[in-house]
Amino acid sequence: MPTTGNPVLNLSVFAVFVLITLYIVYRASSRNVTASDYYAAGSSFTGAQNGVALSGDFLSAASFLGISGGIAAHGYDGFLYSVGWVVAWLVGLLLIAEGLRNTGRFTVGDVLAFRMRQRPVRAAAANATLVISFFYMIAQMAGAGGLIALLLNVHSKWGQALLIAVVGMVMVLYVLVGGMKGTTWVQIIKAVLLLLCVTLMTVFLLGKFGFSLSAIMQEATEHNKLGEAVLDPGAKYGISTMSKLDFVSLALSLVLGIASLPHVLMRFYTVPNASEARRSVVWATWTMVIFYLCTLVIGFGAMALVGTDAIAAAPGGENSAAPLLAFRIGGAVLLGVVSAVAFATILAVVAGLTLAASASFAHDVYANVIKRGNAEPRKEIRVARLTAVVVGVLSIIGGIAANGQNVAFLVSLALALAASANLSTILYTIFWRRFNTTGTLWSIYGGLGSCLTLIIFSPVMSGSKTSIFPDIDFAWFPLGNPGLVSIPFSFLCGFLGTMFSRREPEHAAKAAEMEVRAIAGLGTKA
Amino acid sequence: MTKAMWPPGETQHEHQELRGFASFDDPESLSYVDSNGKPNFVLIQQTDEFRTLRRRLTTFVFPMTVLFLSSYLTFVLLSAYARDLVSTKVIGVINLGILLGLGQFVVSILITLGYSRYAKRRLDPQRTLIAEKTGVEE
Repeated sequence: MPTTGNPVLNLSVFAVFVLITLYIVYRASSRNVTASDYYAAGSSFTGAQNGVALSGDFLSAASFLGISGGIAAHGYDGFLYSVGWVVAWLVGLLLIAEGLRNTGRFTVGDVLAFRMRQRPVRAAAANATLVISFFYMIAQMAGAGGLIALLLNVHSKWGQALLIAVVGMVMVLYVLVGGMKGTTWVQIIKAVLLLLCVTLMTVFLLGKFGFSLSAIMQEATEHNKLGEAVLDPGAKYGISTMSKLDFVSLALSLVLGIASLPHVLMRFYTVPNASEARRSVVWATWTMVIFYLCTLVIGFGAMALVGTDAIAAAPGGENSAAPLLAFRIGGAVLLGVVSAVAFATILAVVAGLTLAASASFAHDVYANVIKRGNAEPRKEIRVARLTAVVVGVLSIIGGIAANGQNVAFLVSLALALAASANLSTILYTIFWRRFNTTGTLWSIYGGLGSCLTLIIFSPVMSGSKTSIFPDIDFAWFPLGNPGLVSIPFSFLCGFLGTMFSRREPEHAAKAAEMEVRAIAGLGTKA
Repeated sequence: MTKAMWPPGETQHEHQELRGFASFDDPESLSYVDSNGKPNFVLIQQTDEFRTLRRRLTTFVFPMTVLFLSSYLTFVLLSAYARDLVSTKVIGVINLGILLGLGQFVVSILITLGYSRYAKRRLDPQRTLIAEKTGVEE
């Protein structure tokens, strides 16, 4: 039974990281005054910097600990996640990044409401952002609980709750002090550390097995009770008709959800123009490819060196594969580094989410719906900061409540929600001239509503042993992930809503402006 | 400057439309920007240059999207419904499925690089052209 190193050492590496990044955040943001600075870092980052930060936003605890753990436990089926998450960046690159950068300023609502009636569309966009961010955030906070249990050897529920609260407060501090600039720097630092960390572990593992991936996998099969079958599909998702459909649904949500997440979309505003936005996605794609190639090696390496049974028995279960492997090959120091990086990951991602949610509320709901576009910028930022605190407190409570739930699954639900509510609406609004306000509202609420409804009536909520409410059964939807139904449904809703309502000739000038800005990038600074 | 040089074909009606906006300025300086300095996006949208740009963009991104989505879904569907095929061992214990998955990484990189190159060669110069013609900056 492997131990998890020295909690005091883990904690001090973590504390040093937090102090250094807080100092950098503080330094980076001393002139943090205008709304543009707070929400979009004054659009001052380069494509490369933002690309690293983008991948940082996406390399959450779920993808680092979850994927390597998924591979260590289920082999092939864990690997499927990483493929979806790499391919997904193409959606952002080809369809979304540049058009979004050119037509919006701070939030998704800016783009969706550009040529529509402002108030209903902004309210809808903000609702979607808040729901998606909340699901995603709960996943991260729940992950923090498991990680704390593993790394700091805190096993009591109260102790974990206290630590979740501390993690939550630190992340709110990042957002309050640093705004988007500070948050972006934390993402960059964290992403670089994470990449260095996984690359070194990968090189070490490959060296140990004579630079043969096959040799690592061969060794791995000997430490998994499925034997060589773990290298074939089906170890996790099984072979029944429904489980196969569920798997396809999950795959669809993965590939379409990432470029629709509000905090990822908001990142495109931190660069000065569309070609930098493009460059940042190219950078993100490269880092993601490298990262997921490494997790493949690390996952099978953990299976080979630590063994699936030992991983499953450790506190934190599957999620502990990467830390246990680190301890096995680098001792307590490497474990301390890996755990600090993993904590930093949670901190940074939750900070990004908090910022996206608070920006959406302050900019879309407060400034444009309540104040009808006449809010004082200073007051708007004050509202944004206040919202960040409220969102932080809510996510701490949610995280404590969800502590122990399956992290990757919560993330996949957030992705399904994002793809259902945002993707169809953004694509229609950028590429379809006829699209109108009714269509926008139908596709946002149709996607969000159908997705939420299907989640509530899925086996995830009730009726099976692993459900949130295992004792009652009101499930009638057979799939755990609703993406297969709700994503096409939102496209259909947007289409029907548009066709069944009148054209909006009064918005024709705005529509022309949007198209020219989105495609040609003209007049974006006006 | 270039503003006066209308390509044959579109000249007539656009030129006349422009005239309508020009009450004081001489036709040379009348342009895609109104008296308040706000770009006239409807006019810009109707230029051949913009249409060309739009066509170049959509004829690249939509087929590419179809391509990578079908390649990804092929991999997913094979993994779900053709287990025996993807379990075929190819190099040591590495099977066809893992290779197909890594193939998706390669496809992603190729499309990413392809789009960067296409954007630099075919899209960005066209954007500069439109900016020069209309006098509207970024």
